[in-house]
Amino acid sequence: MSVRVALHSPSGSRSFLERGLLLLVILILLEGTVLTLGAASSPDIGAQDNTGGHDHRDDHRGIEGSRGNTNYTYTKKAFPVLSLDYHHIQVPFEISLWVLLASLMKLGFHLIPRLSSIVPESCLLIVVGLLVGGLIKLVGEEVPPVLDSKLFFLCLLPPIILDAGYFLPIRPFMENIGTILMFAVVGTLWNAFFVGGLLYAVCQIEGTYLSQVELLPCLLFGSIISAVDPVAVLAVFEEIHINELLHILVFGESLLNDAVTVVLYHLFEEYSGAGEVTPMDVVLGVICFLIVSLGGIAVGAIYGILAAFTSRFTSHTRVIEPLFVFVYSYMAYLSAEMFHLSGIMALIACGAVMRPYVEANISHKSHTTVKYFLKMWSSVSETLIFIFLGVATVAGPHSWNWTFVSVTVILCLVSRVIGVVGLTFIINKFRIVKLTTKDQFIVAYGGLRGAIAFSLGYLLDKDLFPTKTMFLTAIITEIFFTVFVQGMTIKPLVDLLAVKKKQEAKRSINEEIHTQFLDHLLTGIEDICGHYGHHHWKDKLNRFNKKYIKKCLIAGERYKEPQLIAFYHKMEFKQAIELVESGGGVKLPSAMPSQVSMQNIQPKKLPPAVAERALPQFTKGREEEIRKILRSNLQKTRQRLRSYNRHTLMADPFEDGWNDFLLKKQRMIELEKKMTEMSNYLTVPAAPPDSPTMCRARLASDPNAFYNIKASSDGVPTIQVDLASPQSPDSVNMLNEFSKRGATDQDLGQREGADRDEDQGLMMKPSSAGKEEKGEEEGGNKNPGLMRCLSDPGPSNEDEEDEPFLP
Amino acid sequence: MGTTNSTLSKIPNVEELMQETGFTPAHIVRLYDRFEALDKEKTGLLRPQDFGAINRLAMNPIGDRIIGAFFSPGQETVDFHSFVRILAHFRPADKKRPKDPSMPEPVNSRTSKLKFAFQLYDQDKDGKISRAELLQVLRSMLEMQVTEEQLESIADRTIQEADLDKDDAISFEEFRKSLEKVNIDHKMSIRFLR
Repeated sequence: MSVRVALHSPSGSRSFLERGLLLLVILILLEGTVLTLGAASSPDIGAQDNTGGHDHRDDHRGIEGSRGNTNYTYTKKAFPVLSLDYHHIQVPFEISLWVLLASLMKLGFHLIPRLSSIVPESCLLIVVGLLVGGLIKLVGEEVPPVLDSKLFFLCLLPPIILDAGYFLPIRPFMENIGTILMFAVVGTLWNAFFVGGLLYAVCQIEGTYLSQVELLPCLLFGSIISAVDPVAVLAVFEEIHINELLHILVFGESLLNDAVTVVLYHLFEEYSGAGEVTPMDVVLGVICFLIVSLGGIAVGAIYGILAAFTSRFTSHTRVIEPLFVFVYSYMAYLSAEMFHLSGIMALIACGAVMRPYVEANISHKSHTTVKYFLKMWSSVSETLIFIFLGVATVAGPHSWNWTFVSVTVILCLVSRVIGVVGLTFIINKFRIVKLTTKDQFIVAYGGLRGAIAFSLGYLLDKDLFPTKTMFLTAIITEIFFTVFVQGMTIKPLVDLLAVKKKQEAKRSINEEIHTQFLDHLLTGIEDICGHYGHHHWKDKLNRFNKKYIKKCLIAGERYKEPQLIAFYHKMEFKQAIELVESGGGVKLPSAMPSQVSMQNIQPKKLPPAVAERALPQFTKGREEEIRKILRSNLQKTRQRLRSYNRHTLMADPFEDGWNDFLLKKQRMIELEKKMTEMSNYLTVPAAPPDSPTMCRARLASDPNAFYNIKASSDGVPTIQVDLASPQSPDSVNMLNEFSKRGATDQDLGQREGADRDEDQGLMMKPSSAGKEEKGEEEGGNKNPGLMRCLSDPGPSNEDEEDEPFLP
Repeated sequence: MGTTNSTLSKIPNVEELMQETGFTPAHIVRLYDRFEALDKEKTGLLRPQDFGAINRLAMNPIGDRIIGAFFSPGQETVDFHSFVRILAHFRPADKKRPKDPSMPEPVNSRTSKLKFAFQLYDQDKDGKISRAELLQVLRSMLEMQVTEEQLESIADRTIQEADLDKDDAISFEEFRKSLEKVNIDHKMSIRFLR
């Protein structure tokens, strides 16, 4: 603990210095960015640069002889030892600079803790973008239109959507799919027509000088501005940790309204030229909507299945597994965009479809890679988008019209509120769990607009829409309003209204078992009633899935128990992490790998979890195992995916390093079970099998520590282990006894040595003995699972602290 | 409406039934049609084998327990009234019910639903879910994919977690407490029985 504290003396001069340095670096980079970016004054940087680049490569290609001649007419100057050739690398350099700027900004915000708790990150990033844009303008250069629609839709948006789709919590999404669709489709339509229509009416009023705005452009504007933006919603909602239901409602709506937006946009754009829309067009529009949305989903599903199928064969080339996930998804997006289908829905469908199968097939490391890459890209993308929004605000030609802008903002708010209230009234008739007023308020207030609206507006043709700049100004104002005002105030409002927050604590084992039981019960009752309800279809889908699809898409024998083996690993990870974080880790000396990185990470979740839990902490690992066994094996494959939150990555960073340690722990657990059968030297009835394990683990790290497992308030049996008692030598002796017993003597001897080596904590020594022990436990299944986990050596073996456990 | 009325008139004591269970006439008729469909021999009573004829129920891991719940102990047949009474447990709870302590707990309240589920666990009806009973349920739900050892430790863990009075069994109160965070009303309601 002392070491950790030392590294975290926050108020000390050290962090101040860090902050100062970082800010200095940021400022320098800003200057550099400004100058270089200002120099590039065209969105088609690629094209321009190529011509620039060609100038210098003429001597190779012999194009433009006159230019080429400069290289042949020797002027006999000194050999250029050092030369500056900026144009050569201009484009990638600028891109990297922007990305670096975005990432540094992200870092910077978190160094100033109070700021990030008051102001959501998105606001700060927009401000940064404004600053950068302002600086560029000050310098005199022309601000590059960075939020170019092509760049946005093809490069910046897909990672975010893929991240969202891949980690989409399927269960709450499907449970509320009706509500979500209602909000997405009907809500967006209502918003579009309400805003568009009323704006037109306002424009017709004398005195606003806006009478040149036609109806169709107004409606188009309405459809652009009425769509809730997934990027903004994600950015803001992530920080307020709202309960799963509301999160999935707003987020799901923002994803699914893409289809509506696409159709409306194209419809009005097409016919703005013609000037009128006939009923036939409306019918076609509806058909188009169905095609766009269902087609998008179909395209995504096809690519998802392809990806899953491909992943079945990747057992020998583990290193490129993540690539399949990314490339197939991106191709799904591009294919959908090619047909003007909804790319967002395609991406979501692809990610959601491929996930269960791909995860069963790919190695653990690939899974981690996929997770990390997705989060990294989406994070960077999101940051870039907000910065670019700021820059584009400074850059874009503006035409401010008080009436138009203010009416837009007001109308958007009003229509959103009316829409949500009205729809909820209808929806509540069909929901079992009704949406309360508080819920409605949050849903209405959380309807943020973002960069998609801006990009769509930017795409408009200036000739067809002479009022384009006015539209853009209004869109930007609306975006600013929602992101700043609504984004900043939603957190205090959530607290004020005491809206239910995300349930941090995991469900207990009882809950898991009983809820599964109830699911079965309900399915049975539905069958008796002859009612094809919710449960019936879910059950059917699961059976179909199990019977046919899993066989095709999941390699080898894993389709029977896809997660159990991988789960043991996960359980071990968590156990080890708990062990380390809870106190064993503090005493771990430098011999432990990745110790420093571990100590830097504060176990945020652990202390409160320990305090809340009624049960002894060290049984958590066993509990995890049980939980996962239930989850994967109970007849309905319930994917209790936690709600998507970028903050949940905390516990995972040390996965790879703990491979061997964990397998070793596994052995200890098996051993413990045998030991408790033998004797109850822990004087607690029915002690969980692995409690002595944790004791010993702690013992190994520090025998003198007194660990008092938190007592619960409601009398659930707690296990108090006094390690300073004379029992401790006994426990070691038990090990000795065991060492004389079975085939695991080699292993035990090592472990014993490890135990006595207090200063060295738990040593990780590869041993094949553990394999046999584990094998007894799990029968034939262990091998594929373990091999899968360990068969992926990663790009270089030297990275591992200890070599893969098995030969 | 005409058919509803005529069907209703065929059922004895239908008013009392509706009062007791809270079903609307439309629901009663629907259930009656289903009852008649299941009752192949038209005896007016259902037997376990009539339930067994429902294919999907056979695949359900706790299917036989559910069937058993319809039959009161010792009885081999179930009439329409009992059928409806059991199904009434799964009606969504009425929101605006005044809390009248003198009235008996309505059959679709949270407590009643939980009690019904509890009885499915507790086959010997001693008011507690013993370790053996829990093991049975786990075994049937986990489909032999988990070893006996794991099952035992899961059962141990479950009991340990829920057992507050340390009698190595789960009483109804403990059962209820362990499920306090779960939205039972949502989980144990069938939509059409509204």
